[in-house]
Amino acid sequence: MLELLIYGIVLGSIIGLGSVGLTLIWGITDLFNCAHGDQITAGAYSALLFVTLFNKMGILKGIVGPFSFSWGVLVAFIPAILISVILAILIDRWVYKPLRKAGATSITGFIASIGVAWALRGTIYIIWGADFHFYNTGLRPTIILHNIGIKFRVDEIFIVIISWLSVAVVYLFLSKTKMGKALRALADNPTLAQVSGINTERMLIWAWGIAGLLIAISGVLYGIETQLRPEMGWIFLMPLFAAVILGGQGSITGALIGGLVLGIAQQMSTAFMAPSYKPAVAFIIMILVLIVRPRGILGRRYS
Amino acid sequence: MGLLNFFISFAVMATIYSIFVLGLNVQWGYTGLLNFGIAGFFAVGAYTSALFTMHMPTGALANYVTQAFGLGMPFLVGVIAAAIASGLVSILVGALTLRLGEGYLAIATLGIAESIRIFFNNESWLANGPQGLVGLPQPLHNLVSPQYYSYVYLVIVLIFLAVIYIAVEKGIRSPWGRVLRAIREDEIMANADGKNVVFFKMQSLVVGAMIMGIGGALYAHYSAAIQPGVFEALFGTFIIWTMLTLGGTGNNKGGILGAWIVWAIWSWSTYLIAKVVPASFATRAPFIRYVLIGVLLIVIIVRFPKGIMGEERQVSKF
Repeated sequence: MLELLIYGIVLGSIIGLGSVGLTLIWGITDLFNCAHGDQITAGAYSALLFVTLFNKMGILKGIVGPFSFSWGVLVAFIPAILISVILAILIDRWVYKPLRKAGATSITGFIASIGVAWALRGTIYIIWGADFHFYNTGLRPTIILHNIGIKFRVDEIFIVIISWLSVAVVYLFLSKTKMGKALRALADNPTLAQVSGINTERMLIWAWGIAGLLIAISGVLYGIETQLRPEMGWIFLMPLFAAVILGGQGSITGALIGGLVLGIAQQMSTAFMAPSYKPAVAFIIMILVLIVRPRGILGRRYS
Repeated sequence: MGLLNFFISFAVMATIYSIFVLGLNVQWGYTGLLNFGIAGFFAVGAYTSALFTMHMPTGALANYVTQAFGLGMPFLVGVIAAAIASGLVSILVGALTLRLGEGYLAIATLGIAESIRIFFNNESWLANGPQGLVGLPQPLHNLVSPQYYSYVYLVIVLIFLAVIYIAVEKGIRSPWGRVLRAIREDEIMANADGKNVVFFKMQSLVVGAMIMGIGGALYAHYSAAIQPGVFEALFGTFIIWTMLTLGGTGNNKGGILGAWIVWAIWSWSTYLIAKVVPASFATRAPFIRYVLIGVLLIVIIVRFPKGIMGEERQVSKF
């Protein structure tokens, strides 16, 4: 059971990181972004592009310390983040901005984001094909703590640390800086923010940029944890949706709690159910919580 | 002849999708219910009809195929059972989710549909798990030789589409339909007028789900083989949303037109793309359709939010 708890925390950290960007956009623009998962896939594959490039050039092929990935993967974080940020901002400019201008409802945006998701996934399928990919092949070292009988992969320490670090940085940015305050003001009341002299369109570029950053990091980490395939983000999106709804609209702390709850619940459920039921467990928890508390754990009282 | 056969089987699928679109139009077009779990009702309808019409496996086959029951009933009984089963599931779904806000309903139904698929995939005792069921009976299959069976089936599905179309049009022009549209436009106002909003939403959800269940059954008997992989969100849900959005939300004729156009793009592009691209690219070429449909959906929503036909003006006859 303790082992499942540890796995749950690892999974919960990845879900938490992935859902922070999703809840941020949901809080600020009222858009439930169905393409979030496929943007994560795009982030993971952008890193793969550079890892493959480094391997062809014969540089950065050494494995980092006790982990399973090469230096190339670490360096590839940077271009992957850049691509993901630019992609997120471009999608907003091309798809959601015209909808905002036309005064469309958030539901319209939600349906449009399904189109974005399809287009992204189709592009990834066309470029890389349907096969599995790995950043690095070879052994994935594990640690065994004999005295308490727990076995986990060394990479997972890295994944958990980077996840929480990224979330902490974004959280500090939103709570301490002037830009962060403006973003939160926009999330709270867009009209009031606008009359207070906040340039909403510019703020939205920032919001999508931050989301793109988190998306890329979670994509690469998820790629290290499992493997890359074009469906990875879409499948990953389901627990993210559940975590974000569980946490409440726009609540970063809520999304993190939601992610941990779901991660632990999903792993614990494997003790007495088939592991393939994990996504269903996430949804049933989400629906039950919503019935008791429709605005989520830390959701706002009004919308 | 090959091209004509290709067109007939295309028409059968387009007609089946038209039935799904009508079901979605009742829920989303007229009532404003965001059902993103069409694939779930699709699966329930298909499996129910399969289990009602197939016989229990015998002989050597029984070693490889497990199913909960096989009643060997006629095709029509299977379709009716599919509608009822799908309706019952929708009552459960509605009881859990209808009180939630519209966005939550979308995510909850998406999750439930995914859970239904996982359920059929895992529970091998019910309908043979991931391998699915093969050899569903096809109505009137003795009438013509097998390669012309699509012609017969096209007539069958067209009759179903016509009956459902007339029923939905009648319903939507009745006082009942007027309440649904009132709820879509302003829920609080409808409530203030003394309408039980949740109850009417439930009725709309159930009617739509029953239509989807019929669509699922018709699909199952046409393909004669079903497995959980068919009921993924892409084919089971989102393509139907694209069809309705393209044709015109709140317009049954538009929805049917949208179904035929989107299915034409989907099935004919495979055919055309395969001719144009080099052989080395052939395995990846089908995915061009994903991009095509995705971009189409974005362009409709951003540029032509009303779709091709737009919402039809409804004049109640009562």
